[in-house]
Amino acid sequence: MNALAQPAPHAGNQAAPVDAGTNAEVGDQQAHERAEGRTARRDAITAVVLKVMPPVAGFALFLLMWHGIATMIPAIPTPATTWHAAVPLFADPFYRNGPNDQGIGWNVLASLARVAAGFGLAALIGIPAGFALGRFAFLNAMMAPIISLLRPVSPLAWLPIGLLLFKSANPAAIWAIFICSIWPMVINTAVGVTRVPQDYLNVARVLDLSEWKVFTRVLLPAVLPYMLTGVRLSIGTAWLVIVAAEMLTGGTGIGFWLWDEWNNLKVEHIVIAIFIIGMVGLLLEYALLSLAKRFSYGN
Amino acid sequence: MEKFVRIENVGQTFKTKKGPFVALRDVNLTIASGEFITLIGHSGCGKSTLLNLLAGLDRPSTGALICAEREIAGPGPDRAVVFQNHSLLPWLTCFDNVYLGVERVFGASESKAQLKARTHGTLALVGLTHAEAKYPQEISGGMKQRVGIARALAMEPKVLLMDEPFGALDALTRAHLQDELIKIVAKTRSTVVMVTHDVDEAVLLADRIVMMTNGPAATIGEVLKVDLPRPRERMALAEDKDYHACRTAVLDFLYRKQRNPALKEAA
Repeated sequence: MNALAQPAPHAGNQAAPVDAGTNAEVGDQQAHERAEGRTARRDAITAVVLKVMPPVAGFALFLLMWHGIATMIPAIPTPATTWHAAVPLFADPFYRNGPNDQGIGWNVLASLARVAAGFGLAALIGIPAGFALGRFAFLNAMMAPIISLLRPVSPLAWLPIGLLLFKSANPAAIWAIFICSIWPMVINTAVGVTRVPQDYLNVARVLDLSEWKVFTRVLLPAVLPYMLTGVRLSIGTAWLVIVAAEMLTGGTGIGFWLWDEWNNLKVEHIVIAIFIIGMVGLLLEYALLSLAKRFSYGN
Repeated sequence: MEKFVRIENVGQTFKTKKGPFVALRDVNLTIASGEFITLIGHSGCGKSTLLNLLAGLDRPSTGALICAEREIAGPGPDRAVVFQNHSLLPWLTCFDNVYLGVERVFGASESKAQLKARTHGTLALVGLTHAEAKYPQEISGGMKQRVGIARALAMEPKVLLMDEPFGALDALTRAHLQDELIKIVAKTRSTVVMVTHDVDEAVLLADRIVMMTNGPAATIGEVLKVDLPRPRERMALAEDKDYHACRTAVLDFLYRKQRNPALKEAA
């Protein structure tokens, strides 16, 4: 943003009116071009610095405050002790010493696998359901009150039902993910279907396209951006929920690991887990944002 | 005169919250094969309603519309529509937008190579060979409208229906596309029904100008035969006596006999 306030590179000749006035000779012309090149380089460097500086300053301030709080409250680890605890942890992320003592990498992967399973099932059922609700007003009117009632319920409330149904912790966690991811996908897909521009549907009617062509060439591409918004919201919630669900179900996973380290009173590991959860969440969000960008069509 | 398209006692009534709204009544018109008709009238006079009926997007409340001896029962590729806002699918390239219609009409009888050749040919006809691989959002408004025309022409429709196709374009682009349309129609000998509210456009393009009375319950007020020789040249017509007579007749109808309803309310 700040880079815009800087003079654009090719505006250099306006910034050097002395050169411009005496450039009748070729030598002056070359000197002028060199000066312009220098200005352009300097502008590029300033732009980069202005872009990188604020986040770096933010992190520095964050670490400083953290350090301050940690020195005041001894129970909280300082950034330095956290760093020292993190180095051996990340040096060997994929070890296995029995079912309850695995490397951090395995735990993250276990959580991601659960999210993928629950989320995949939700997409498999939620997206077609969303299409149906968007297409048939009667169905939508029928289901809308039920969805409105169930959507605000914390997915963890469903965990006991999952345990009851599947009699095992792992499917119960996947069940909780399934429940929390399905609502945004159903709702967004349904909204997308109702918002398909009438013009496009008229084109389909005038060209007299087959049902299959209407679906693949008109409906699906028109709904896709809405669907992907639903997917992105779902995966964000799913990642929030998995950590809590794993704390309750135990076994493997980053949520379990976090709770386990609390039981071991390794507070610096809890801080590390918080960072890892944030990082993975950020990456998931970023991946889906770039996917959504790929499928959005400016008009 | 061969009666290619017949509109017989057509009326259209819409149900609204305030009760039934009569948009059209007693519309009668026959159109010959290869004829160019322009429909003109003030906003809300039901020109687009009539075009939608011809397209088969709506069914008339009363009367019947017949095209090539068959009643119009629904939309079909024999009556291609050029929409006002081009309505290209933004996720398909210009080529694929045109190909979609070509495939539907000729897919059963022709090979893929032939279908592609047709698509290339029609895009060349509207002068867009260089933009085939581009997406609609990457080209100008005039080019988009030309792709829309190509999509309609490529299906080799019996009737080409155009709903204010150049309404959203600037004056220079509009003039350019009108000239191109004259050439294309001369080449393809299409039957065209075009909705417009531009008097010059109506006179320049039409064989007959169909003037609609103000709504509600609009109908055909007058039909003016434009007896100007073809090919028509925009520059030559500017001085032409007959051209000005036609123009005056249309203006007289629109601004004296059927004053703009919005202005009447204000007065």
